[in-house]
Amino acid sequence: MMRKIFAAGTLLAVSAMPAAHAGATLDAVKAKGFVQCGVSTGLPGFSAANDKGQWAGLDVDVCRAVAAAVFGDASKVKFTPLTAKERFTALQSGEIDMLSRNTTWTLTRDTNLGLNFAGVNYYDGQGFMVHKSLGVKSAKELDGAAICIQAGTTTELNLADYFRSNGMKYQAITYDTSDESVKGFEAGRCDVLTSDQSQLYALRIKLKNPGSAVVLPEVISKEPLGPVVRNGDEDWLKVVRWSLFAMINAEEMGVTSKNVDEMRKTTKDPGKQRLLGLSGIKGQGLKLSDDWSYNIIKQVGNYSEAFEHNVGMGSPLKIARGLNALWSKGGIQYAPPIR
Amino acid sequence: MTDHTDEQAPAAASFWRDPRKRAIVFQVIVLAIVLGLGAYIFHNTLHNLEKRGISTGFAFLHNEAGFGILFSLIPYDETYTFGRTFLVGLLNTLLVSAIGIVLATILGFIVGVARLSHNWIISRLANLYIEIFRNVPLLLQILFWYFAMLPLLPHPRQSLAFEGGIFLNRRGLYLPAPVAEPGFGWVLVTLGLVIAAVVVLRRWAHRRQEATWQIFPVFWTSLALLIGLPLLSYGLLGAPLDWDYPALKGFNFQGGMTVIPELVALAIALAIYTAAYIAEIVRSGIQSVSHGQTEAAYALGLKRGTTLRLVIIPQAMRVIIPQLTSQYLNLTKNSSLAPAIGYPDLVAVFAGTTLNQTGQAVEIIAMTMGVYLTLSLTISAFMNWYNKRMALVER
Repeated sequence: MMRKIFAAGTLLAVSAMPAAHAGATLDAVKAKGFVQCGVSTGLPGFSAANDKGQWAGLDVDVCRAVAAAVFGDASKVKFTPLTAKERFTALQSGEIDMLSRNTTWTLTRDTNLGLNFAGVNYYDGQGFMVHKSLGVKSAKELDGAAICIQAGTTTELNLADYFRSNGMKYQAITYDTSDESVKGFEAGRCDVLTSDQSQLYALRIKLKNPGSAVVLPEVISKEPLGPVVRNGDEDWLKVVRWSLFAMINAEEMGVTSKNVDEMRKTTKDPGKQRLLGLSGIKGQGLKLSDDWSYNIIKQVGNYSEAFEHNVGMGSPLKIARGLNALWSKGGIQYAPPIR
Repeated sequence: MTDHTDEQAPAAASFWRDPRKRAIVFQVIVLAIVLGLGAYIFHNTLHNLEKRGISTGFAFLHNEAGFGILFSLIPYDETYTFGRTFLVGLLNTLLVSAIGIVLATILGFIVGVARLSHNWIISRLANLYIEIFRNVPLLLQILFWYFAMLPLLPHPRQSLAFEGGIFLNRRGLYLPAPVAEPGFGWVLVTLGLVIAAVVVLRRWAHRRQEATWQIFPVFWTSLALLIGLPLLSYGLLGAPLDWDYPALKGFNFQGGMTVIPELVALAIALAIYTAAYIAEIVRSGIQSVSHGQTEAAYALGLKRGTTLRLVIIPQAMRVIIPQLTSQYLNLTKNSSLAPAIGYPDLVAVFAGTTLNQTGQAVEIIAMTMGVYLTLSLTISAFMNWYNKRMALVER
């Protein structure tokens, strides 16, 4: 009898684990001296450990930008690698302060999961990669195919929708991590690997023979990927949101990590002066120091620098800017003005 | 009667001096504290979830799931509900556990007996098997059976074809599926009757042997009956069974039945790993039976096999069963490693995809934990019952 009651008590205690108080994350982050950032378990270009063993990538740079804004030091980040399945629970439970892990912004996630999306750092869409030897040219020819996916993603739902609306059948083999799904694809368990297109390019370079697979032209969904924070903490949400916006605004104004010091000394442009914290509201509204945006640009770079260096032409992925070009250059990346 | 009242008299002196009443008071206090704590935690969880805007409750079970599952024992597609995904995952967990338990038991008993063989090579081999598979982490073994074995099989278009429309490739083993036609029910009825007859036959043979010392060949007779009669009725009814053969269409085989490689890899890995433990349990059980029993059996003229089957094993079972139970529990719980190779078990489907799509971690993890708890307690209860039956009956 007593043992049973105790067992029940333990069960309840476990179920109440995520019940830490929801409070000022910004204060907590400042107090502990670093940002705990959730990233992927290894997706080249977005968040993966580089040859020096440091985390690098477009998503990682968002974390670093936040650290630069808060502490003036982009290296004050600790990374938590998470699978797609684990990511939201880790954020909800307070294990991480922010999630920057190629996460798609959807209605369900924004409303039912207690999360807030801070912005979009990469506009993506779901695509298919097939073995070249199959000779498939279009996704419409995939009726009856076996398809490898990573569990816990919007990909699973889009896939089901796409095949249903086209009256086709498929067999979904769902793995825990993207690495395993690549292994399954390589081992020939499935004909097709599906994921966001950017990921497909990233995963393709993980294949032993990248030339043996082709990415099909169809994009079957909208996948706006961005950093996520917990609901109910406006201050922190704004810090993360504007850290990203600062990077995009810097690109728009042509401020880079190379010329930012000079610009700061010489610029007469009121827009740049506001961006660099020389005039206007500065860091006050965000409860940060006045040089928060300068630190981001100096230490992490503007959006274009981060993009080209991690996933663009300066990287093995060689992804074109496409949708992710600035609004003024034919893309849809657009950040509200800093003023 | 008067004695009784005398005895109770001193107890009435003080409430606190009566150990029984005192014990009850303490029990009530502890119970109140535990329940209070539980209620507080429960309330706190709900409050915090609501404050953070995380949905709670079990209403999500009625929402449309919208994702595909590789393999299901019951009808399922994207239009079914999240509640259905729970059932699909649960059945898949039960399936792989059941297959694993049966295979592990058979293999474990064979290896355990082989370990005690007088043949040096056989006993060394059994020992080698035990040492290897007990000492390599299970997850690695699962990944080995899956990712290392998969590339050895051919692509769908170069499938290995066997007699009777059976095909083997990287996507699985394709078998013809039986389709029952009218009249097939009678074959099943015959089979049921034959099984009942075999049970009766065994009892009769046993009684006859005790009475007359004559041995009736029960095993071979039963086998002949079990195979012969249903086949005969099947033939007489004009073979009322049709087969749905798998055929290569587009990417893969369509139709028939498919045994997916994930199921095979997981069941094999679980069986081989657990069998190594069961083998040791069987060996220790057999060794726990005193050697005098064997000698006595030989002295009575029993053959080696008969001695093992009728004298040693029944006594060893009393040592084996309790430990076997915990291995069965381990195997069932270990089946939750399935997501690593994409087998759609309860953890992969329900505590994985469903959790992620709905975000209701507390409810889903609680349900999943409840399932494993229930499974474990059920297996445990069954094995306890079996143990009681097998226990030494004093005569």
